Amino acid sequence: MLEVKNISKTFNVGTVNEKLALDGVDLKLNENDFVTVIGGNGAGKSTLLNCIAGVYPVDSGSIYIDSTDVTKLPEHKRARLLGRVFQDPMMGTAANMGIEENLALAYRRGEKRGLRWYITSQERELFRRELKTLGLGLEDRMTTKVGLLSGGQRQALTLLMATLKKPRLLLLDEHTAALDPKTAQKVLELSNQLIEEHQITTMMITHNMRDAIRYGNRLIMMYEGKILLDISGEEKKKLTIDYLLGQFEKASGSDLASDRMLLS
Amino acid sequence: MQLLLAIHGAVATGLLWAVVTIGIFTTYRILDFADLTVEGSITTGAAVAATLIYNGADPFVATLVACFAGMAAGLMTGLLHTKLKIPALLSGILSMIALYSINIRIMGNRANVTLLRLDTVYTVFENLGLSNRNAVIVVGLITVILVIAVLYWFFGTELGSAIRATGNNPRMIRAQGVNTNTMIIIGLVISNGLVALAGALIAQDYGYAEIQMGVGSIVIGLASVIIGEVLFGTKNFMRNLISLVLGAVFYRVIIAIVLFIGLPPTDLKLFTAVSVAIALSLPVFGDYLKTLKKSLREGA
Ligand SMILES: Nc1ncnc2c1ncn2[C@@H]1O[C@H](COP(=O)(O)OP(=O)(O)O)[C@@H](O)[C@H]1O
Ligand SMILES: [Mg+2]
Repeated sequence: MLEVKNISKTFNVGTVNEKLALDGVDLKLNENDFVTVIGGNGAGKSTLLNCIAGVYPVDSGSIYIDSTDVTKLPEHKRARLLGRVFQDPMMGTAANMGIEENLALAYRRGEKRGLRWYITSQERELFRRELKTLGLGLEDRMTTKVGLLSGGQRQALTLLMATLKKPRLLLLDEHTAALDPKTAQKVLELSNQLIEEHQITTMMITHNMRDAIRYGNRLIMMYEGKILLDISGEEKKKLTIDYLLGQFEKASGSDLASDRMLLS
Repeated sequence: MQLLLAIHGAVATGLLWAVVTIGIFTTYRILDFADLTVEGSITTGAAVAATLIYNGADPFVATLVACFAGMAAGLMTGLLHTKLKIPALLSGILSMIALYSINIRIMGNRANVTLLRLDTVYTVFENLGLSNRNAVIVVGLITVILVIAVLYWFFGTELGSAIRATGNNPRMIRAQGVNTNTMIIIGLVISNGLVALAGALIAQDYGYAEIQMGVGSIVIGLASVIIGEVLFGTKNFMRNLISLVLGAVFYRVIIAIVLFIGLPPTDLKLFTAVSVAIALSLPVFGDYLKTLKKSLREGA
């Protein structure tokens, strides 16, 4: 359903900071794939997701979603197909606006916004029911400004916003990295539950190898702008952290001790 | 008695400037865009209305056309910023400079147009027996009420809420499929339309349009926004809108009083700049006070 064909992306071309972030990446996702993405800091994971979402134009190659070429489509036009949650809990919501206002904005993802009132009473009921499933008590605080919520609550809300209107593809970029371990696990569980329940094709970046192995049906490892490893099905179920570390060392020829990927 | 008269006049002027204030609020607060176009578009409104009235147009039609002219100015800034990628502040400055020449052209290559003895929007109400100041107050009130009602509705619509989200978190709302450039342009168009509308009303009140009349308006507007928000609160959107009007009126009343006390009029701009600097730094003092209180409490 997603096809990434040989895309490359270089930042700061022609300066001392020139950086090849994506180096001819090929990737094909099947319907209902849940792919976890790992790789060291600066491997190009976020850039890959951002290129798919249209945040950055690619230098070469093409991107197809449901066999439509979206390579040249601007970010706001691709949004119809995509649900996104970012690492920074501040990023995914409008802090000065209420919970229900944020949900109403997300419920109209990719639709024309006109001069109708921003929310209907049926929608309000729908949002209340959906918020209840989060189990955070947010259904009783629908008009509370999102800025007053904790990081975990905001990420849970952002997840709900990303899936409220079922996206063709869900892109999660280390969306639990800024949370404390307990909250992170909760939000991760919630993500998994939403993905399975609604059968959403998903790419999830994580720096936690255990989570990368535990969740999803497929795992890719990136290194220096390339996909190094792509493991799925039964083989994925048998993956171990040691094996992944071994693969990484083989590719990078380095001792991993200094790399952030070692985390947990 | 003299002071009361001065305050009466200040309330009238303040109501007209409230419309400028609401326009500035739309960009500065809602879109988080410091738009200097205002300094030029207020004069554009004045110039268009005065020139049309001078040439025999109906004052209400002239005022409406002035509003459209201001919208065009906002569009210009919006295009400079979104299409040519010029930073917000600079886009506004470019428009402001360009408008200086354009405004002179509008007024027929002159620096001012007088409306002496011509009918204005206020004449209708004066003919009903109102004094000139009261006619301005009535027109000002009607305008302010209409503007608040329309904006309250508009910013509650799907489109309006997307504009508010654009000012709040552009990345988030782009991820929800909104073209933030379009939202910025719409916001600037609305804002400068309001400012030019106010310019048209102010010119008809003064009895002339003059090329310099926009100078300092952004600071006066910001002063009014901040005074209103600090004194009357921002609890909800309606309250916030009303606080802008009260802020604009309050500002004019303060000015009337300090002039009455004997401040030379040429010092007014300095006075305004200092009060805005103080008002803008209030949050800093507020934080300082909070920290102080907290440490006192913890120390006890
Ligand atoms: N907007 C940007 N401008 C310049 N360089 C960038 C930008 N985004 C990412 N990069 C660079 O591209 C490389 C890949 O970054 P990224 O995709 O964020 O890595 P990851 O998410 O795997 O940690 C890094 O070297 C990073 O510094
Ligand atoms: Mg990243």
